[in-house]
Amino acid sequence: MAKLILNRLSKTFDLGGRPAVHDVSLTVRDGGFLALLGPSGCGKTTVLRMIAGFEQPSDGSIVLGERVLADAGEMVPPEHRNMAMVFQSYALWPHMTVAENVGYPLKVRGISGEKRQTKVREALASVRLENYADRRPADLSGGQRQRVALARCLVTEPDVVLLDEPLANLDRHLRQEMEETFREFHARSGATMIYVTHDQAEAMALATDVAVMSEGRLLQVATPEEIYARPEGRLVGGLVGQGAILSLPSPTGDKRSLDWQALRAGFDAPVEGQKADILVRPQDVEISPDGIKATVRSVLFEGERYALRLTLADGQALRAFSRQPVDAGAEVAIVIRSAWRL
Amino acid sequence: MARSGNRGNSQPRWLFPFVVTVIFLLSVLPLGRLAATGIASALQGHARQMLSDPSLWQSVYDTLTTSFFGMIAAVVLGGSFALLLTLFDIRGKTALGFLFMLPTMIPPQVTALSWIGMTGPSSALLKAVGLAPPMGTPNPLYSISGIALLYGVQNAPLVFLSLRAGLLALPRDGVEAARLAGASSWQVLKDIILPLSLPGFAAGAAIAFVSCVGNFGIPAILGIPASIYTLPTLIYAKFATFGPGTFADVSLLSAIIGILSMIGLTIEERVLRGRDYRVIGLSGQVAVFRLGIWRILAELLLWLTIFTILVMPLTALVASSLAPAYGVPLSPATVTIKAYEEILFRQSITRTAFTNSITLSLATAFGLLVVTVLTGYFLVRGKSRFAPLIAALAEIPYALPGIVLAVAFILVFAAPLPIVGISIYGTIWIILIAYFSSFLAVSLKPVVSAFRQLDPSLEEAARLSGAKFGRRMADIIVPLVAPAAGASVILVFLIACNELTVSALLWSAGTQTLGVAIYNLDDSGSFNLASALSVLVVIMVIVMMLVLELLANRLPKGVVPWRS
Repeated sequence: MAKLILNRLSKTFDLGGRPAVHDVSLTVRDGGFLALLGPSGCGKTTVLRMIAGFEQPSDGSIVLGERVLADAGEMVPPEHRNMAMVFQSYALWPHMTVAENVGYPLKVRGISGEKRQTKVREALASVRLENYADRRPADLSGGQRQRVALARCLVTEPDVVLLDEPLANLDRHLRQEMEETFREFHARSGATMIYVTHDQAEAMALATDVAVMSEGRLLQVATPEEIYARPEGRLVGGLVGQGAILSLPSPTGDKRSLDWQALRAGFDAPVEGQKADILVRPQDVEISPDGIKATVRSVLFEGERYALRLTLADGQALRAFSRQPVDAGAEVAIVIRSAWRL
Repeated sequence: MARSGNRGNSQPRWLFPFVVTVIFLLSVLPLGRLAATGIASALQGHARQMLSDPSLWQSVYDTLTTSFFGMIAAVVLGGSFALLLTLFDIRGKTALGFLFMLPTMIPPQVTALSWIGMTGPSSALLKAVGLAPPMGTPNPLYSISGIALLYGVQNAPLVFLSLRAGLLALPRDGVEAARLAGASSWQVLKDIILPLSLPGFAAGAAIAFVSCVGNFGIPAILGIPASIYTLPTLIYAKFATFGPGTFADVSLLSAIIGILSMIGLTIEERVLRGRDYRVIGLSGQVAVFRLGIWRILAELLLWLTIFTILVMPLTALVASSLAPAYGVPLSPATVTIKAYEEILFRQSITRTAFTNSITLSLATAFGLLVVTVLTGYFLVRGKSRFAPLIAALAEIPYALPGIVLAVAFILVFAAPLPIVGISIYGTIWIILIAYFSSFLAVSLKPVVSAFRQLDPSLEEAARLSGAKFGRRMADIIVPLVAPAAGASVILVFLIACNELTVSALLWSAGTQTLGVAIYNLDDSGSFNLASALSVLVVIMVIVMMLVLELLANRLPKGVVPWRS
């Protein structure tokens, strides 16, 4: 096993059209778990399909260890990459039993008899489906099918495991259970994993590294904690967490982590002059008599708290939490404890 | 975009050349050759001579009138069945639909024979019940209107299918919205459903017209004895009196048929192009209107029609086959199965025909399956920019009347093959190649729709498992499209076995097919033998249609032609 390097990767589908992936460079360390996060149509699935070998890059290269897997001229077909993938639709072959599905990669590699059976049994045991070996995929539930797909990945000890929105078709309860299964799977197999998702919570919960993409470009790669605490730019800031982005006169200095004092100065500053994008997370907004004025637009009861949508005097929107019920339309005073300049 | 050297594409390198070669041999070569001969003879001034021949214009006129009135009959019959069965609460819809579809799968020459057996002074059936007109009265079917009527019966299912597909695509919520807006059932029907179903009517009418123009079996049996020649039978007659100008003549005649068909098909395509807007909203289930006390009347009418166009002619056919000779009244004393013994055990011609037709149909059905699985894969998965062109070229030979295709293949293979120097003209091989060409589209359609339904990730998962093309085909793709492949084999077998038009021009001693045998038996006056052979053919048709009907639930939508 070795690290996977994407080197200035680009993909254009129609000649002369907008590139689906543009100049993406990225290194996934051996045994890492990378989440490719972005809204639908941002190019993350195209990146994944280029890594798998279903699409050829228009420019740039993909390198696994010492081996060049693809560049604009040559490419190793998927059959020879020793990778495995969990598809959004699971891609189980309906005419084979669960055991046949899991054992197929071994069968193709010419492994037969006792050895194959043992490996299939082990793989099924690791996803707790030993008793389902002779069923057909059609007889399984969504979560079970997903686990069969995982077992099929596990069975050949692949260099890289690719996961294409594997939880998109599952309900919320099953998602949590499967997230746990993925984490376990990653810990045990030690395989390099690449996980495509549009759900930021999923990416944060699972991955060791998160790469945020938008419109074919890579915006930021960092650990989940880093991405959450110090996002780069409006797009990443808007995608991660439920923050609101305010446009305020640029606070002095190059400090990016701002407290109430610095923000207060921003609110009071003259309207003209350079503006900066400031990310404010709802948990940092407090209702407090010595703050600035805001109008409550709507109140949503979430169980443990109330989620508020506020409008500031200059019309900018903000989100906040409150433990006490507040009436929609009421005037409140708020203080922003901390914020992040994007 | 498929760039050269893109191996992200899942197909092997030889697939594209293979598909191009197949399409060239089965579509481009024969049609190109036909066009070339037509243009050459037109340039040599042959066309002027032909066009000044009044018999040609008589034939064009007869073709157009029979086809036009045939189309009207098909629209009336097929349209009323489609409206009643799709929109109203008629009982026994499945049975009625299946029975109504039967005439289109029964070979036209058999339809013609059965109707002859039902009418006229020699009808065994009419004689048995004492209703036969006196001897010497002409059979009314040997006429322009007789041909048109049978065209109507044969092609009404085409209108039925086209209109039904349109009606089923109607947005159900649109109908419900009109109801809520206060419209009565009648107003909904008049203001919403009928205007939206007009394209289906028009398209069905256009296909029916094209099918009439190319029909050979009906005018061959009903027209030739009355000296009525439609364009396909005129071509047949020209070949029968083979002369130096025959090739030039028939290529021009074929061109006229080809142009008439193309006009019809263009109209169909135009009309259907705007259809997509109707898929907005929930479609698929048309609101059913209640007929109330009228229901029993409507059902009676439908069953009566089925009785007249299907049950009676087929009964007459059976009666004719059981009569000892043409014109002898059928009674318990005269019933005999001699005709069946004759065709099954004594006549070597009919036995050869059975062997030929079954061998040819099996070879065509399975041979084409290999071709269409590979071609279908290329068309659906290939991402090639040539795919639409190749798909269109594969469709054309089936869309053209069989007689045109037969002429094209005669032109291609009349001379010995280059290099090897062997001529396949007059052998069974020319029929086989013509069948491959003619039924390529029939075989391709179920396979392509199965491929379109197949989730691409199933194959991608196999690729990542390490399976190469041949392995993926054998382990994953072929097993998954197997039901559609089965349907494709049965359909091609069914159509090829009953076919007359192509083999009528291409057969020679020893290579006659079932269709040719039936036609020749009738032509030589052995009406009871022709009827017996036809009865066997009809039984075979019904059995295979039932098999497909049983398969239907496992097949992609649109594969079984009489289901929508």
